[in-house]
Amino acid sequence: MDIIVLIKQVPDTGAAVSIAADGASIAAEGLKWVVNPYDEYAVEEALRINEAAGGGTVTVVSAGEARAAQAVRAALAMGADRGVLVNDPALSGADSLGVAKALAKAVSGMDFGLILAGSRAVDDEAGLVGPMVAQLLDIPHVSMATTVSLEGDSVLVEAATDGGTAVVRAPLPALVTAEKGLNEPRFASMMGIMKAKKKPLEEKDLSALGLSAEDVAAKSAVAAMSPPPARPPGKMISGDTPEQLAENLAAALADEAKVI
Amino acid sequence: MADKDVLAIVQMDGGKPAKAGLEALGAARELADALGGGTLAAVLGEKAGGAADELAAHGADLILYSEDPGLVPCMAEAHAGLLAAVISEAGPRAVVMGHTLRAKDLAGRLSAALDAPAATDCVAISADGGDIVATRPMYGGKVFARVALKAAPALLFLRPNVFSPSREAGKGAVREISHPVPEPRAKVESFEPRPAGKVELTEADVVVSGGRGMGGPDFSVLEELAAELSGAVGASRSAVDEGWRPHSDQVGQTGKTVSPTLYVACGISGAVQHLAGMSTSKVVVAVNKDPEAPIFSKADYGVVGDLFEVVPALTEAIRKRKG
Repeated sequence: MDIIVLIKQVPDTGAAVSIAADGASIAAEGLKWVVNPYDEYAVEEALRINEAAGGGTVTVVSAGEARAAQAVRAALAMGADRGVLVNDPALSGADSLGVAKALAKAVSGMDFGLILAGSRAVDDEAGLVGPMVAQLLDIPHVSMATTVSLEGDSVLVEAATDGGTAVVRAPLPALVTAEKGLNEPRFASMMGIMKAKKKPLEEKDLSALGLSAEDVAAKSAVAAMSPPPARPPGKMISGDTPEQLAENLAAALADEAKVI
Repeated sequence: MADKDVLAIVQMDGGKPAKAGLEALGAARELADALGGGTLAAVLGEKAGGAADELAAHGADLILYSEDPGLVPCMAEAHAGLLAAVISEAGPRAVVMGHTLRAKDLAGRLSAALDAPAATDCVAISADGGDIVATRPMYGGKVFARVALKAAPALLFLRPNVFSPSREAGKGAVREISHPVPEPRAKVESFEPRPAGKVELTEADVVVSGGRGMGGPDFSVLEELAAELSGAVGASRSAVDEGWRPHSDQVGQTGKTVSPTLYVACGISGAVQHLAGMSTSKVVVAVNKDPEAPIFSKADYGVVGDLFEVVPALTEAIRKRKG
């Protein structure tokens, strides 16, 4: 099957994050950039589906600045066939909806049976773009998949929902977002990294997609960033035995914190 | 004036408004009072009309309900389609909803259908001049961002357990929704309910989590404490990576974000990715053998000791207090 995977380049989650001088973004210096971990699950799943079927293509599509090409290459090194990077200065302050509009337009001319995306990105933590793209393309979607299988003209997805776990069937073409636990992404092999350098990676700006800056204009924007609120210094519970420690802790939780 | 109104989307849970729904209604009422508008509640699903009195008592001036059978089970296409029509007609300045798993499925779809800005996982919301401003963690809680939503309606999805239901009653007018429910293409084939007594981690009032210090897959001491407090059991990334707990239990930047009233971290050192997932908990307790563990600097109460001794003793002490 022809599968499209939407990916995003994000700072590595192990990185310390500091607020930039503008007070509304994070400082870019010293950050290590990686493929969003949830998007790696999506790439891996696409590769596995086609490996099991013995055919099909995987196209990786991303929106971001020039350095995001590295993330697309990383997905190509895992085994994807081709990449498309939507890179336009007008997207630099874009919100989730603007990015989704650009991605939806980028994939709308392609042949695909399935779109996979991460359930959220670990930078803005919004979790919006996948279902937005499905809505904009007028195709069904299933969120937060922990298993994905194809059956004829439909995709069968297991996903957690309020109150339990559901198995959902969606007719193709459909979009599925990947949750942690879906699979264990492979590491790119040396051979894969070498091959990825020769795989097609097309960069497009908005005008190439038939979009204007106005079409993707942000309706929401970060006005300010601050460090997380500090927690007042805590208290160490004293006691000579586990029972005493437990009793004193229970007393503090009941009488002082009033949470039990 | 509709453009000062705030609409809360209230989901049903077992024939009653869900807790996250009443929290959303409380937040909606507060925002509507600040804007000088009215508070609307849209409630969808089985027995939704029967929730009207309770919603009025918790601040709703107008309750819009639909018990259309097409709304059960909750599918994003059906709910987003109906809600987009209801919201377009009501024309509120803002829409609020609890950020439950269903809402995570719905949020992007609704935002795109309305061509309206959305903010997820909000921990505070306010009106600031012409904008609606949402405070939300980013980068796994390493920073808090104030996001200005410039266009109406501003869609705000609220972190569970952070906002309180309103004590102010509303006018309580009731109207049935007449819009048709779109037929969803994605359909539920089977559903396995969570075992009775098990609480969803992200909505639990109490979370008891275990880390590397558990030393193996036996989390029974944590499960007993969680059961005593009607809470849920979580795990750090290292405990999940070891295969001791399922991925769905992971708390942290690459797992779930929780905001319980009480978070008990057992044998968890406190890596920055883990802290990201629980930093907005109201009260944090850390139990760890290592007095230098970074988790103690983020805890309200710290206990240096062997969790396999302290945690069962705590369960017993709490049981005794309850009498």
